[in-house]
Amino acid sequence: MSQEFRLANEGLIDRSKKISFKFNGKKYIGYDGDTLASALIANGIHLVGRSFKYHRPRGFFGAGVDEPYALVQLIRNNETIPNIKATEQELFEGLEAKSVNCWPSVNFDIGGINNFLRIFLPAGFYYKTFMWPKSFWYRIYEPFIRKAAGFGVVTHDHDKERYEHKYEYCDLLVTGSGPSGLASAYSAAKNGAKVILAEDKPRFGGSLLTSEVNIGNQTGKEWADKIITELKEMPNVVVKNRAQVFGYYDHNMLVMSERLTEHLPKSEKFKPKQRLWYIRAKEVVISSGSIERPLVFGNNDTPGILLSSAAKEYMKVYGVLVGKKPLIFTNNDSAYETAIEFKRNGVNPIVLDSRKELSSDLINEAKNLNIDIKFEYVVVNANGYRKVKSADVAKISEDKTKLGKIENIQCDCICVSGFWTPTIHLASQSGGKTKFNEEIDAFIPSQSKQNETTVGSANGTFNLDDTLKNSFEAGYQLSKKITANDNKQPVPSVVEKKTSKHDKFWCVPLPKGKKYKRFLDFQNDVAVSDIELALREGYRSIEHVKRYTTLGMATDQGKTSNLNGLQLVSNIENKVVPEVGHTTFRPPYTPVSIGAIVGREVGKHSKPTRKSPMHTWHEKNNAVFVDAGLWLRPRYYKRGEETLFDASKREAENVRKNVGVCDVTTLGKIDVKGPDAAEFLNRVYTNAWLKLPVGKARYGVMLREDGIVMDDGTTTRISENHYHMTTTTAQAANVLSHLEYYLQVVWPELNVNVVSTTEQWAGAAIAGPKSRDLLQKIFPEVDCSNEGLPFMGFIETKLFGVYARIFRISFSGELAYEVNVESDNGNFMWEKIVELGKEFNIQPYGTEALSTLRIEMGHVAGSELDGRTTPYDNSLEGLISKKKDFIGKRSLQKEAFIAPDREKIVGVVPLDKKTSIPEGSYIVKDADAKLPNPKLGHVSASCWSVEYNNPFSLAIIKDGKNMIGQKLYALSPLKNKSIPVEIVSSHYVDPKGERVRS
Amino acid sequence: MLFIKCPYCGIRSQNEFAYGGDATVKRPQLNKEISDKEWDDFVYNRKSLRGKHLEFWHHISGCRQWFKVHRDTATHEIFKTLKPNEEL
Ligand SMILES: [Zn+2]
Repeated sequence: MSQEFRLANEGLIDRSKKISFKFNGKKYIGYDGDTLASALIANGIHLVGRSFKYHRPRGFFGAGVDEPYALVQLIRNNETIPNIKATEQELFEGLEAKSVNCWPSVNFDIGGINNFLRIFLPAGFYYKTFMWPKSFWYRIYEPFIRKAAGFGVVTHDHDKERYEHKYEYCDLLVTGSGPSGLASAYSAAKNGAKVILAEDKPRFGGSLLTSEVNIGNQTGKEWADKIITELKEMPNVVVKNRAQVFGYYDHNMLVMSERLTEHLPKSEKFKPKQRLWYIRAKEVVISSGSIERPLVFGNNDTPGILLSSAAKEYMKVYGVLVGKKPLIFTNNDSAYETAIEFKRNGVNPIVLDSRKELSSDLINEAKNLNIDIKFEYVVVNANGYRKVKSADVAKISEDKTKLGKIENIQCDCICVSGFWTPTIHLASQSGGKTKFNEEIDAFIPSQSKQNETTVGSANGTFNLDDTLKNSFEAGYQLSKKITANDNKQPVPSVVEKKTSKHDKFWCVPLPKGKKYKRFLDFQNDVAVSDIELALREGYRSIEHVKRYTTLGMATDQGKTSNLNGLQLVSNIENKVVPEVGHTTFRPPYTPVSIGAIVGREVGKHSKPTRKSPMHTWHEKNNAVFVDAGLWLRPRYYKRGEETLFDASKREAENVRKNVGVCDVTTLGKIDVKGPDAAEFLNRVYTNAWLKLPVGKARYGVMLREDGIVMDDGTTTRISENHYHMTTTTAQAANVLSHLEYYLQVVWPELNVNVVSTTEQWAGAAIAGPKSRDLLQKIFPEVDCSNEGLPFMGFIETKLFGVYARIFRISFSGELAYEVNVESDNGNFMWEKIVELGKEFNIQPYGTEALSTLRIEMGHVAGSELDGRTTPYDNSLEGLISKKKDFIGKRSLQKEAFIAPDREKIVGVVPLDKKTSIPEGSYIVKDADAKLPNPKLGHVSASCWSVEYNNPFSLAIIKDGKNMIGQKLYALSPLKNKSIPVEIVSSHYVDPKGERVRS
Repeated sequence: MLFIKCPYCGIRSQNEFAYGGDATVKRPQLNKEISDKEWDDFVYNRKSLRGKHLEFWHHISGCRQWFKVHRDTATHEIFKTLKPNEEL
């Protein structure tokens, strides 16, 4: 069977280029320019999948974006991609596709049994049946449903394709290249506007590709080709095919996904598969056209039943017959174009028209062609399981309630037309209002919210003459508003066929005694009876009916089903459709792949990585890194088979015994400059800053206005009006914004400027009893004695010729210094320190040892300053000035903050001096108390004290100071541990702080 | 995504900015005796308006200036942007 449904001449495909492809393992031939759908239909394949709920056989229903059935699993370049619409996927050599949603195969589907059990699967079935008992959900219901009802399959492999994002600005974005889109884009572009024209299909022209019209003495397609060619040559115009504008967001930003290589066997190197365009348009013309509505009758989901417009498109664009014995069922004139097209290709269709006999250009032409037309006839039921075999038809009464005698007509396809639904998704997404147009029984945009104008059939204008006139005018007016140019294009003359009025009829009544399923939503298997049931059960709001029945909730978002659903609800409720209203349109209009949304921000590119200038040295010296925000910091330097515990213990011990060096480049650094800098710092920090002399550093704590500690760090007065502030690594960006806020908004009278200098300086902390001796070696000209460079002292000097700053500050609690040089000299500094430190047994230490050292000293850090604690909670009351006001001071009077039993920082040591206490453990009085065990507080940080060689933790617990000496328990339900502990002072080592001053 | 006119840089996309809260709130003067209620109103109490709202934004990935935006919280329409010292 080789393309027996392919026409000899018709179509826009290239018959000289044969393309072989595989579907469900079998090889077929198609042509260049085919979609997977058109190529399969050419080969007589109509069974491509199974429906979601009942697993009924599924074929093709549309020819493009509106397709509810034909989702396939695509294999392209060794990658498997789920849920590709066969009607959109262009054919390429070697294409492979498989049916989804059928197990074990498309022809024998185990889930098809649901079809026979459908009496048990009504609306709300999932809610009613699978909810009880609850424990069954995970074990039984869900795995079963997943196996039997999933759509495509995703892999766990990385997507090797490339996706890009692009930002673009334009005067006018036109969404769709049918007659209305072409006319408005052309008219605006000729008037000097910067225009983007987007078409979701590969071919431009929209309905002009399939309609029999003349524009300015050319066929519709010739005119479309001419306009596109001209637009492409204009420098102020961007024309994109395979590009779907799927979302309309605030302030006229629209998002468009462009498919660049999906129609090719594989992507060229460095070429993205998809590009996501963020387009900020001054004006938008929505020319998205309209979608044909189905008619509803018994078993109207059988393969071989298609939209009449799709059947025409398969003939005129792809040269393919959807059947050779077509039955056409319509309530309006447009299906006659399909009938005429069949006839022209030597196939005799039968037309069933629900209307009383009438005449129009199209009907008369069909009559003249001797097409068999039966007026006041309807399809009652389609027969055939995997494909339509015949139709039960009957005459229908004028009020459309009574059926005549049932007759049977042999056919191999039924082309239905229930008139047209304007595609108003984008207009509605923009926030615009819609109104129901009785003339066309559909919603159209009414009041625009943003700068958007809807034209053509998307606006309910179904004749070409008006469409062109309105669209040329829209393009002209909108462009004139933006460019102030006044070049108006003449509107070409149009020859088109006049149509007669459509019939409001859309749903065929059931014959007596029959219970045929009449489907509204083809992808989610929602039938007329489901909606009726939902209404009987009391659902009224259309939003509730939608959720309960899942009408319009499938991946096609109800493009073909929504309006018929509304009609049904309004019929039952005896309301008019606008009273029922429609559900909200939300982006995306069509499914968008996650890859396109993510773009290039994948893997290590998902965020920037910040590295210190000494990073390469750390790598060479076996550093194991840890993420600290965006920074990579050495956690420890691994020697041999050492564990994290071994290495950090060794490094910390060496600091206490000899000297260590730690990369502290990541600390936030902010230059504070100006004559009012001291006053500003005095307001920002809780302690006094007015009298800090030049050449001295001071530790400070800053609060938020609510009294909670925001950050801490040292700030050094470099010169009269110049301070160097340091922040924690984590809070650097927040502190800068905070300072800017107060300077720009609250106290603009202060003459101060702040700027981040984090990246300008490389920092090394040299800590340990031998650090002074080492410092003296590095800086021979500097007096490094306790008198020459006292605790909290600062000097500027040279490090082997490069400018350096030395701060005598300590985080480890040891005698320590911090040396800063310009970033470019960071590695030079580091190597000098390590080289000269050899004789003092220097070792680099990472963040783990750094934590150990600060924890056993009782220095607070991020785990204590966690956004919930006040300075009092952290025993920092000594830093609260009583004399001056500062940010957040007024909050410190709050009753809760000064309550006597407020949680406070303490030290915790396990009684056995062996068991490490997991961070996050609860401190409780009684380990065996009834749950919930009253919690005194939590363990914020834990280490192995190198000073005492036993575990030590910091904790923040109720009435902390008075708990010292008590024996309590640390509970970690997560680690299933209950550890007897003793509460001690948080300053476990050197409580008087003698070492830092030595 | 909003399109916001920084009074210093011009119109830029929302992803360059950070939201900064209600701009009608005035910080009490330093060293001034105030009631608990006045302080709580400054620190905590916000109206969470539906409709026109004067708010701070920070051009954090741009000129780093704070400024005021007069915006409708329901429709996202921006009526005006102002420097911090300017009033509506
Ligand atoms: Zn700016």
